[in-house]
Amino acid sequence: MSAGAPRGLASSGQKPIGEILHPLCVAEEPLSPGPDVTVDTEGEKEAVLTNGTPVETSSPASASSLFNRLQLDDDLEADGRDPYASTEAHDLFVTVDDPKKHVSTMETYITYRVSTKTTRIEFDLPEYCVRRRYQDFDWLRIKLEDSQPTHLIPPLPEKFVMKGVVDRFSEDFVETRMKALDKFLKRVADHPVLSFNPHLNAFLSAKDLNKRQGLALLTKVGESVKHVAGGYKLKVRPAEFCAMGEYLDTFSQKLGTIDRIAQRILFLQSEYLTEVREYSSVYSSWAGSEEELQRPLEGVSCTVSKSCQALEDLSENMGQDFLPVLREYVLYVESMKNVLRKRDQSQAEYEGRLEAAVLRRQEDKSPIPVEVEKCQDRVECFNADLKADWERWQSNKRQDFKQLLTGVADKNIHYFETCQAAWESFITVLQDKQTEDRTGETN
Amino acid sequence: MGRREPSRGGASAPAQLTADQQRKREVKMMADSDSADVALIGNTDLTSSESENNIVNTMVEKGTALLRKIEINVPEAEKRTGKNTVNMQETYTAYLIETRPAESLPEGSVPATPDSLWRRYSEFELLRMYLLVTYPYIIIPPLPEKRAEFVWHKLSADNLDPDFVERRRVGLENFLLRVASHPVLSTDKIFYRFLTEEKKWKDEVLETGFQDKADSRLKSLSAMYRVKNPDKKFTALKLYSDELSAAISQLLRVRARVADRLYGVYKVHGNYGRVFSEWSAIEKEMGDGLQSAGHHMDTYAASIDDILEEEEHYADQLKEYLFYTDAVRSVCRKHELIQYELETAAQDLVSKKQQKEELTTGTVRIFSLKGMTSKIFGQESQEQRESRLAALEQSIQEGEEALKEKNKECQEFLQTAWEDIERFKEQKDRDLRDALINYAIMQITMCKKGIQVWSNAKECFNKM
Repeated sequence: MSAGAPRGLASSGQKPIGEILHPLCVAEEPLSPGPDVTVDTEGEKEAVLTNGTPVETSSPASASSLFNRLQLDDDLEADGRDPYASTEAHDLFVTVDDPKKHVSTMETYITYRVSTKTTRIEFDLPEYCVRRRYQDFDWLRIKLEDSQPTHLIPPLPEKFVMKGVVDRFSEDFVETRMKALDKFLKRVADHPVLSFNPHLNAFLSAKDLNKRQGLALLTKVGESVKHVAGGYKLKVRPAEFCAMGEYLDTFSQKLGTIDRIAQRILFLQSEYLTEVREYSSVYSSWAGSEEELQRPLEGVSCTVSKSCQALEDLSENMGQDFLPVLREYVLYVESMKNVLRKRDQSQAEYEGRLEAAVLRRQEDKSPIPVEVEKCQDRVECFNADLKADWERWQSNKRQDFKQLLTGVADKNIHYFETCQAAWESFITVLQDKQTEDRTGETN
Repeated sequence: MGRREPSRGGASAPAQLTADQQRKREVKMMADSDSADVALIGNTDLTSSESENNIVNTMVEKGTALLRKIEINVPEAEKRTGKNTVNMQETYTAYLIETRPAESLPEGSVPATPDSLWRRYSEFELLRMYLLVTYPYIIIPPLPEKRAEFVWHKLSADNLDPDFVERRRVGLENFLLRVASHPVLSTDKIFYRFLTEEKKWKDEVLETGFQDKADSRLKSLSAMYRVKNPDKKFTALKLYSDELSAAISQLLRVRARVADRLYGVYKVHGNYGRVFSEWSAIEKEMGDGLQSAGHHMDTYAASIDDILEEEEHYADQLKEYLFYTDAVRSVCRKHELIQYELETAAQDLVSKKQQKEELTTGTVRIFSLKGMTSKIFGQESQEQRESRLAALEQSIQEGEEALKEKNKECQEFLQTAWEDIERFKEQKDRDLRDALINYAIMQITMCKKGIQVWSNAKECFNKM
């Protein structure tokens, strides 16, 4: 490894395939601690990023170089069904289901079954089935954030729930959380870069994740602190990233508004339901003092109750399917903003170092140090990753919201259809009875 | 708020019916036919006002002599200002009553212009009071409410509010038709004059002297008295009318609260419209779909106004029967009064006869002051006794006449009242059944609207 000439990163696709280490081997190594260490050990190890992750694990940044890589291993059949999906192959399928409660002396918690089916050679077996708990997902996410700082990591559902306010073991809560975890894992598995992360591999396949967590804990020092290095200030942010930032701000604002509206509707609907239940029972009690009118009154009471039930179902669905997804996207936006901030930092650092180096060169003719050029590469890599991820994210967001909103429309349509059918049946039954009575009279 | 078309509820031979009326008659005939399911489900496109017209048509088709002769409408209401009884300026509403001959005209001839006059609510009240007093054994149809009750928050409780006035106009027309279709009430001259003579009617009705009877009637209605042998049927009827009154009141109260809440739910959906619009501004491909979907949400939010306005008609139908229970109670009390008077007369007669017996036999059965004083101060003379006996005989005879009269009155009352009660029960069952079906139709319409809007929104989402 020559220390002088700036090296191209694997991201530019210059490294021959043979020299790219198998991700699984690399995953065995403990991660190195801080930015300072990196500089010192530069001569001994492979070129590493500031955070200490070996280059190879931060797989090729651009989708096209990934493509080249894939050509050797997997089939390239693009998924024609989904117009929004990128052209990468779908060769990794993950599912989260089957929640189970575990009671031990120390604590009670829920585990989920994580099933994997894959044709990738990075995995030893074509199928895996492991049990994981929320903690494990959290671990994975942190690992991904640390090892892929230039990428947008999908969000997890909220970690902390107030005990006493929300029942952590209620069917609804567990179901909602499970769906969110499934979504998270699927998004990671669909990502052209993240899906090759060794931590994901370990998460999906390792029998016992605890060892890794232990190791990770030991070396966790300073990992999240990495990007505040130097306190550099950004001078000019490129327009496209400004636009992204603005978009995210407005978008998350709108999401918040929609959340509030949906909650208000749910609240008003529940108040409405309280009144309607009484409404139904008033008809029923009136029926008690009537003869001819008893049947029609009971019919109205019954039909009103049915509408009640249908509305309860609608409200429940909205609470379970709509609101959580909305909130998840708010978290996603936050993640994205974080990545933008990191990108800014990266650029600021580069510009800062460059400025310092240029000044020094003017003074004592010392050459621009390698790390400055590495910084430049990092920034370029970051920008490219970000742009690619942004496009992906926009496309997924469009798909997700289309699905979400049509789902809302469907639920409402179903509610009205149920009510309509109930009222029509009421009229029919009444008419039939009248006909019955008439023919009875004439006989 | 859309105004209802002035209803043309009067009956007439088919040739004079407008296309609209003809359709309504067909609709009603279909509804009555035995080919049940097709007929009425097909009618789920009925609006509630059309369904109400069905009830009106029923009234009218029952056919009284009066309605065979004329058609009655209250097509308009007008705000007026004038001096009231204490010479103060006041604003009130006047209602136009139109009558026209019901006979069919030969083809091609122009229908005669209707006779019309203006009346205010207080005149209707006067007419009703007259009917109450004059026909105590009849359940007199009620007037629409004097003040708006059971209102949900959006609805105005102001008597001059145009929507309230509109609903009252409909209610007054309904009242006139109810009276005009009643076998007994429709024959009343004062009622006819109410419809035809604007200025002199008030004097005419006062000349009947009903107000004197009204005072005594009011007294009797509020008096407390106990009947020894209450009529079982009337007791049951009074109980029923109390139950009905309570049930409908509660229903109307809860309905108002339900309407309030539903209003809120719909209106908040309008906020989606706004936020989708704002959101669409920052989107590229998603923008159009979001924007259009937002418009549909606005439509959805706005639709609740019409829905709840329609429901007010249903509430009015229920209110009519709520007020009817007052009329029923009134008949029950009148019967109680007559029964009480009968029992009193009978009791009177019994005691007079006993007195006579005592006088003739000398035995004192019942304590009387005369008896005591005669014991203390000595027997009265033969003359005195005989004159007293004669007076008593006279009294007894009068008493027996009175008793016979009272009995007759009671029997007649029972008969006529019970006839009317049966008629009323049938009418009530029919009308309320129709009202409930009417309500179901409204709900179906509301559901259809909801499906329409959300389907449109879904289409927009699909295009995102």
